[in-house]
Amino acid sequence: MKHLTEIRWHGRGGQGAKTAALLLADIAFGIGKYVQGFPEYGPERMGAPVTAYDRISDSAIRVHSNIYEPDFVVVVDDTLLHSVDVTAGLSPNGALLINTEKGKDEILPLLKGYKGAVYTINARKVCMETLGKYFPNMPMLSALVRISGILEKDVFFREMEASLKHKFEKKPEVFAGNKKALEAAFDAVEQISFAADGKRVEIADRRVA
Amino acid sequence: MGIKQRMSGNEAVAYAMKQINPDVMPAFPITPSTELPQFVSSYIANGEMDTEFIPVESEHSAMSAAIGAEAAGARTMTATSSAGLALMWEMLYVAASNRLPIALALVNRALSGPLNINCEHSDSMGARDSGWIQIYAEDNQEAYDNFIQAYRIAEHKDVMLPIMICQDGFIISHGVSNIELLEDEAVKAFVGEYNPKHFLLNENEPMAVGPYAVSCYGMESKRAHAQAMINAGRVILDVAAEFEKISGKKYGFFEAYRLEDAEIAIVAIGSACGTTKDAVDLLRAEGKKAGLLKVRVFRPFPGKELAGALRNCRAVAILDRCESFSANGGPLAAELSAALYQAKGQAEVLKIVYGLNGRDYTVEDARQVFADLEEIAANGNRDGQEYRYIGLRE
Repeated sequence: MKHLTEIRWHGRGGQGAKTAALLLADIAFGIGKYVQGFPEYGPERMGAPVTAYDRISDSAIRVHSNIYEPDFVVVVDDTLLHSVDVTAGLSPNGALLINTEKGKDEILPLLKGYKGAVYTINARKVCMETLGKYFPNMPMLSALVRISGILEKDVFFREMEASLKHKFEKKPEVFAGNKKALEAAFDAVEQISFAADGKRVEIADRRVA
Repeated sequence: MGIKQRMSGNEAVAYAMKQINPDVMPAFPITPSTELPQFVSSYIANGEMDTEFIPVESEHSAMSAAIGAEAAGARTMTATSSAGLALMWEMLYVAASNRLPIALALVNRALSGPLNINCEHSDSMGARDSGWIQIYAEDNQEAYDNFIQAYRIAEHKDVMLPIMICQDGFIISHGVSNIELLEDEAVKAFVGEYNPKHFLLNENEPMAVGPYAVSCYGMESKRAHAQAMINAGRVILDVAAEFEKISGKKYGFFEAYRLEDAEIAIVAIGSACGTTKDAVDLLRAEGKKAGLLKVRVFRPFPGKELAGALRNCRAVAILDRCESFSANGGPLAAELSAALYQAKGQAEVLKIVYGLNGRDYTVEDARQVFADLEEIAANGNRDGQEYRYIGLRE
């Protein structure tokens, strides 16, 4: 009877974690969902750890607290793995997505024995190849949609295209780069750990919320 | 009839401001209300509003300019938070006592110290005796709906008082969620034109605003001000009834959520009420008779009505997102306890302080409060401690 999906974003000030969270809420709203997208503000400065949240539901959302037992966690900056307990409360039936250039052997020991699925993506590579600049939030959003199944792929791309076109109306080249980044990111996700019960949770099998 | 949208609380209130299009907005930016003058400035720059925006050098000046504009006969609004409201303090009393129906969008934030930008009600609660009407919102929808109703209440001939429309800083102001907006025409028709009876720019009626009052007159002035606040209660309900006709949304002094047969209840203000509703539903599913009383109107204080809504409860927790440093609980707890005493209420009362400096208030916190209430309803308040904290780190 669970129709609520909860997502927690960990990033650093300036990386766009909040923007990505709000964009996801925007897109889920566009397909008729009830949504919440909100940041948790600490000291506002570039580089400080930032947390942002999404709730996506089929019914009205009344709760106004932060999210302590998320279904999915997105880590936009892997240096946070040393300082922030990113897997705190994360559902073992959910998944963790990390932006990193590092391999499984370096990442897994930092996850405090998290028992669910873990995915990585090298968003820097995706960004440099498509945008020529490092803005990891759009690739991370695309990768999250891939691993979570919270939106159908074509719905996500259709809605993102509309949203980006509107946002970068006067800068068509920025729109084109972002679109490429989203597409490349969708295919650049790697699964480095599977749920503890040994069952591989196929991305395609995840119920669309 | 509503337009389905998703917006943050600040976007929603700015949208209401655009639809109402008042004459003047003097404002000075402060987190988390900065977006309000920012959005309004954009609307003006885009030609979507023709409000006269006055950038001022401080909040004291913002309220002073609002007083001048409103006294001149212009429908006026401003926005602020925390220390901004504190800097307006002197002028808040001047606005209210001169009976100037200014609308102030307040985005609630803690006062220093420690220096903190997050939600607390200490700013507006500190101004509770300044003679302003105060209405609070649970979410972005209510913040929007309350702002649409603001001028109808404030400018009513039996009221003529300034009004604060409050929403929880960051939690509501910066959280994006679903909302239903009204059509521009519906808002304009509902709010109507402002035609003040007396105003400074009326050349046919020279008048003074804010002169010295000698002792033979000053007290009568205050009594008239107090009467206006008493009258505001009826007007708030009348305006809510008319608002329901255009929006389908029901408002009053408070919302009673599953309270009719409740034995234990939480009383709260603002976004904590949504979170508490989820806790109430969980307890109800376990067969426990829990309820919520959400206070929407704090000034005027509907003490009799609130006490009446709690008459069947055996134990009640009154939550304040504000520390009064009275050593006896927060302002809502103090005033509601007094009202319960006057109403000869029999309920055990807990006065609980929560959520200071943006401390999160969770469904689990609400459940803890209800667990304490259950214990007290069954066995009485055995340790005698009525004044407590929830969510405090050990």
